[in-house]
Amino acid sequence: MIKGKFIDNLPKVYGIYTGGFLVFIILMAIAEQAGMSSKLIGIFFVAFTVLIYALIGWLSRTLQVDAYYVAGRQVPTVFNGMATAADWMSGASFVAMAGGIYFKGYGYMALLVGWTGGYVLVASLLAPYLRKFGCYTVPDFIGTRYGGNLARFCAVIVLTVASFTYVTAQINATGTIASVALDIPFGIAVYVGLASILMCSMLGGMRAVTWTQVAQYIVLIIAYLLPVFWISSKLGAGFFPHFMLADEVARIAELEGQFGFVKNSAADLATVPKGLAGITKAHSSVNATPWAFISLAVCMMAGTASLPHVMMRYFTTPSVRTARRSVGWSLFFIFLLYSSAPMLATLSKLSLIDPTLPTGIIGKTIAEVQAIDWYQNWNQANLMFISDFNGNGTLELNEFFMGGKAVVLATPEIAGLPYVISGLVAAGGMAAAMSTADGLVLAISNALSHDIYYKIINPKAETAKRLIVARVLLVLIGFAGATIAALEIQGILGSVIWAFDFAMSGLFFPLVLGVWWKRANAPGAVAGMLLGLISGTAYLIWVRSGGSGFLGITQLTFGIVGAAVSLVSMIVVSLMTTAPDAATQKMVDDVRVPSGKTVLAQK
Amino acid sequence: MSKQEQHWEKTRNLLFITLAIWFVFSIGIFLFGAEMQESSIRPFGYPLTYWFTCQGSLAIFVILIFWFAGRQEKIDDEFGFSEREGDK
Repeated sequence: MIKGKFIDNLPKVYGIYTGGFLVFIILMAIAEQAGMSSKLIGIFFVAFTVLIYALIGWLSRTLQVDAYYVAGRQVPTVFNGMATAADWMSGASFVAMAGGIYFKGYGYMALLVGWTGGYVLVASLLAPYLRKFGCYTVPDFIGTRYGGNLARFCAVIVLTVASFTYVTAQINATGTIASVALDIPFGIAVYVGLASILMCSMLGGMRAVTWTQVAQYIVLIIAYLLPVFWISSKLGAGFFPHFMLADEVARIAELEGQFGFVKNSAADLATVPKGLAGITKAHSSVNATPWAFISLAVCMMAGTASLPHVMMRYFTTPSVRTARRSVGWSLFFIFLLYSSAPMLATLSKLSLIDPTLPTGIIGKTIAEVQAIDWYQNWNQANLMFISDFNGNGTLELNEFFMGGKAVVLATPEIAGLPYVISGLVAAGGMAAAMSTADGLVLAISNALSHDIYYKIINPKAETAKRLIVARVLLVLIGFAGATIAALEIQGILGSVIWAFDFAMSGLFFPLVLGVWWKRANAPGAVAGMLLGLISGTAYLIWVRSGGSGFLGITQLTFGIVGAAVSLVSMIVVSLMTTAPDAATQKMVDDVRVPSGKTVLAQK
Repeated sequence: MSKQEQHWEKTRNLLFITLAIWFVFSIGIFLFGAEMQESSIRPFGYPLTYWFTCQGSLAIFVILIFWFAGRQEKIDDEFGFSEREGDK
């Protein structure tokens, strides 16, 4: 109906959408001046944007398999880049990343390098070849390339373990934001978040998720960049912070030298609410060993290249060539946010600790700080805490504690920006968490419905039945994720990093060698996936239960163990068993050239 | 060597070059993080290692992917392996 037209008119449609969103922000700003309460502004921002996504989801509903699984393979390069960026940047990237940089400095920046460098691997090793393959899901590639249901089944297991670890964190994040913005209890907010996620994906599958993700990217990038630029100008740090904050970075180092990092006693720290941290690491100097930095970066890079919800976005482009370019655009759109996070951390830290700035609180008396409005608000929200450990009545650097989320959520308020910006940030965080959760839930349910149900259990199933099964699974997985999220077992960031390690342990080498090593065969791939996943998980459990670990590999980098075992076992087992048959070799040859029909279409 | 083998050899060489550049800016330079930090080269006034982690490496990856895509398209064109209309 509108489909053909819609694809041709994308720039216009999303241009109007962006304009409309900006007008909405201005209207909210006017409403704020006119006396609208901050609570109401928050509700409007979150509710309005979520309704728009739901509307897009409903308009994109489909009854076709191709549209449901791969958006009809007609998503243009740049728009797929935006959708991937939204798919990729999770609630953790949006809400927690600047906080991580704020507290941990250099050691944490390994994540920035890892989460961007991984795209070089995606573009050069995998995405164009998997696009040529013409599969619907990542296990679809494994199953067809290596042959046999066992390989397919193992790929589904790894995919489910990694993606499910990740998705609970995202549903948790949507719940957190919905509970703050809409002022409802977390246990209920989680299901509100889930309902919004399902509205975007259930009726239209990949097609609906694609077009909502583009819309979500636009909201989240405006919500992230606008405050950074505004705060920077307001502090007089420069109108383009990315190139102009050198003096501020130097000033933070000077202040850190002046205050010193005083270590608090365990008894004092016990009085600090859980989850809050003080500034204990230098802002811009190198504070981690090369190995600690590099091992974390390597895990994130290999994990990026193995996470199915990212890879499947490149199945939706019209051609191999556009898949390749689309990876570049994805990274460009991610770069816009990632390069801003350190700037936000710098601005936030300086405005809090510099005694010469009006917003600075270090060096003020305790009573003075306790009287500040925003301190009271965020203290109540359990994201800020001060305590006069040494009893001198003045706030020292080591007596100020903050939650990681506060860097993104509270800095606009601390810098004195109008509340409308805080509402915008909440909408951005919601968009970031929803878009990633959508991609993940869809990745899992597609793998189960296509690879397990259709390919293994009931290959004769009709289209209508396949799509019904896909949707039922989508809802079930969403509910399972929400139920676990409601238990609040792990922090958001920790479980995100684990997801990368799981994916890397089980899928990285079976995927890469599937394209780049013709000799790789089914027994090798099965061994690689299973032994990789098992050894990685075993290492994680060992370290978590007090094991000392080896080679400086921690619970955040256990993917190195898993991937190494996976590589070795895959090569050894492949070489010990018979080489793949001629048909499989021919298949690999076909994958390696862009021209001609997709491999699956030839069969 | 068949046309396809030549195409694959060129593709593989491009991969090695791309991965070598990737290795330098994602892993190589961070072996010398502490040394670079002391360097007098300060892009936009930021300490060198800090700048690489905030912007430098990230921007290089973006450029690298577009450069790689362009080169790969040239290789595909050279051997007539580029996609044509109706190849889906």
